[in-house]
Amino acid sequence: MVRSSLAVLVIDENRIRAAIIEAGLREAGHERVTVVHDVTGIARRIAEIEPDVIVIDLENPNRDMLENMFQLSRAVKRPIAMFVDRSDQASIEAAVDAGVSAYVVDGLRQERVKPILDMAVSRFNAFSRMARELEEVRGELENRKVIDRAKGILMKSRGLTEEAAYTLLRKTAMNQNRKISDIAHSLVTAAGLLGPSEDE
Amino acid sequence: MSMDAEHQITAGFMPLFDSAVLVAAGELGFATREGIDLTLHRETSWANIRDRIAIGHFHLAHMLGPMPLACNLGLTPLASETIVPFSLGLGGNCVTISNAVWAGMVAHGAAPDLDPARAGTALRAFIRERAGAGHDPLRFAVVHPHSGHNYELRYWLAGCGIDPEREIEIVIVPPPFMADALAAGRIDGYCVGEPWNSASVAAGTGHIVTVKALLWRNSPEKVIGVRKAWAEQSPEALAALLRALHHSARWCQDPANHAELAGVMAQAGFLGLPPAVQMPILTGHLQLGGGAELDVDDFFLPFDKAANFPWKSHALWFYTQMVRWGHVAHTPENLAIARDCYRPDLYRSALKPLGVALPGANAKVEGALKIATAVGATGAGLVLGPDGFFDGQIFDPDEIDAYIASQKSGLIRA
Repeated sequence: MVRSSLAVLVIDENRIRAAIIEAGLREAGHERVTVVHDVTGIARRIAEIEPDVIVIDLENPNRDMLENMFQLSRAVKRPIAMFVDRSDQASIEAAVDAGVSAYVVDGLRQERVKPILDMAVSRFNAFSRMARELEEVRGELENRKVIDRAKGILMKSRGLTEEAAYTLLRKTAMNQNRKISDIAHSLVTAAGLLGPSEDE
Repeated sequence: MSMDAEHQITAGFMPLFDSAVLVAAGELGFATREGIDLTLHRETSWANIRDRIAIGHFHLAHMLGPMPLACNLGLTPLASETIVPFSLGLGGNCVTISNAVWAGMVAHGAAPDLDPARAGTALRAFIRERAGAGHDPLRFAVVHPHSGHNYELRYWLAGCGIDPEREIEIVIVPPPFMADALAAGRIDGYCVGEPWNSASVAAGTGHIVTVKALLWRNSPEKVIGVRKAWAEQSPEALAALLRALHHSARWCQDPANHAELAGVMAQAGFLGLPPAVQMPILTGHLQLGGGAELDVDDFFLPFDKAANFPWKSHALWFYTQMVRWGHVAHTPENLAIARDCYRPDLYRSALKPLGVALPGANAKVEGALKIATAVGATGAGLVLGPDGFFDGQIFDPDEIDAYIASQKSGLIRA
């Protein structure tokens, strides 16, 4: 049977990332995309879908089970190999670096599959970047809260204005060559250990 | 030790107890003392370990004993040439089955004594009874197709007259999911390392029916798989690491250190399980289920009995089982690949300066030692064995053709 488009199966427990990959595939014109979050009953799904390409995140603890199934299961009618082209070391490295692996059925032409892998790699990287930035924003918010608490402690215990309290924190951080949030953390911890609760 | 270590080594491991020698080498200063800055990365699958070795993220890793063979024989989707200069221990696995299967086996004469022949005979009778009643075959799980678990489970079943290809189904389940899969009835039994057997016993959902240490006494399990290209570029770094692992393994074996070792492994970044559940593998004292308990000799050895020596006969036995179950064709080329994978020469040259006991031979006749035996070796005080198979068979690595032929023709004795 001649196929116009490739069937792609995305196995990812992370729903947000899976949605991002799926959107990318659809934007690239792939209509036959299936996303699976849970590997329970995966053999039956594979038999139904007959995927040409399977994309799996490297964090999935079921990779060994899935690989074994691709090679042996009756559900898989055509043997499935890993990655687009074993000789394409750069692609393989980019994929593993990004945290994704791709399996393709034997005999598929490389130029048909490579764009799918490239897309998955770039979307995985974009997702990691986004997750990292989110983490940084969270950390930033957390630091702001701690600095506010430290300012409050100084204002109360030393009768300073908010601005003077902040200046003191900043000067101490500069003198000790540390981050202002580190100084604030130390101060809040010390205050918690030494005195009655400052802000409750 | 200076802050700038002489050697930077990156290693992968799976959160299993038998990564202990590698973990302790990094955490307790054995690597640092050899001038190594050892970075350990916890992984989520053996496939990840293989991939990261293949593309050079890791120099070496905790691996299943047959895994480097599978890589070199081209059986895996991605691979680089991998060698084994060090073994991480002997034994440690069990076969655990559901309460329902245990009840069926007891009806056919099984007893809570871990005797492989007796348990296998009862299991065969139960399987035949089920087949006669038209039930689906029992489903067993192992951790990976190219694992000691898969090959020892099959060896046991076949040796007891059960055809593992037709009379049962074998599936792959990650170790931490085994106990849950058994409790939920998705599988009927499994072969895995500790603590995932004791986990089912503690939950009241399974029975341990036999152990690796009785199927093949003092048999190989996990190894250090090293990217061959790196080993050739960095012989001094590798030798330093092997010495660090040697000191770590000796420390891990000493009962005086077991509490501290369990504490290290309990950390979230390593095994991440409480020290109490690590005690069965450390002591060999197993709860079997239903209140039965037993002490198993040489249940798991991280150091004693030359446990770290990468015997070529161990690799070759794995190879014969790969052939037996159709994973690879027996050809002179494949045999040569299997023969070159484990590297006792590297182990020996790295440890020579320490003046410790080293086996003089690269291979031994497996199953020949019926009792613990002091053997001729460089240095003093090397004791090997016993190393018997449960069925009394002998594996002579010089008679591989005959061994393979005998298993093809006659081992399934109905």
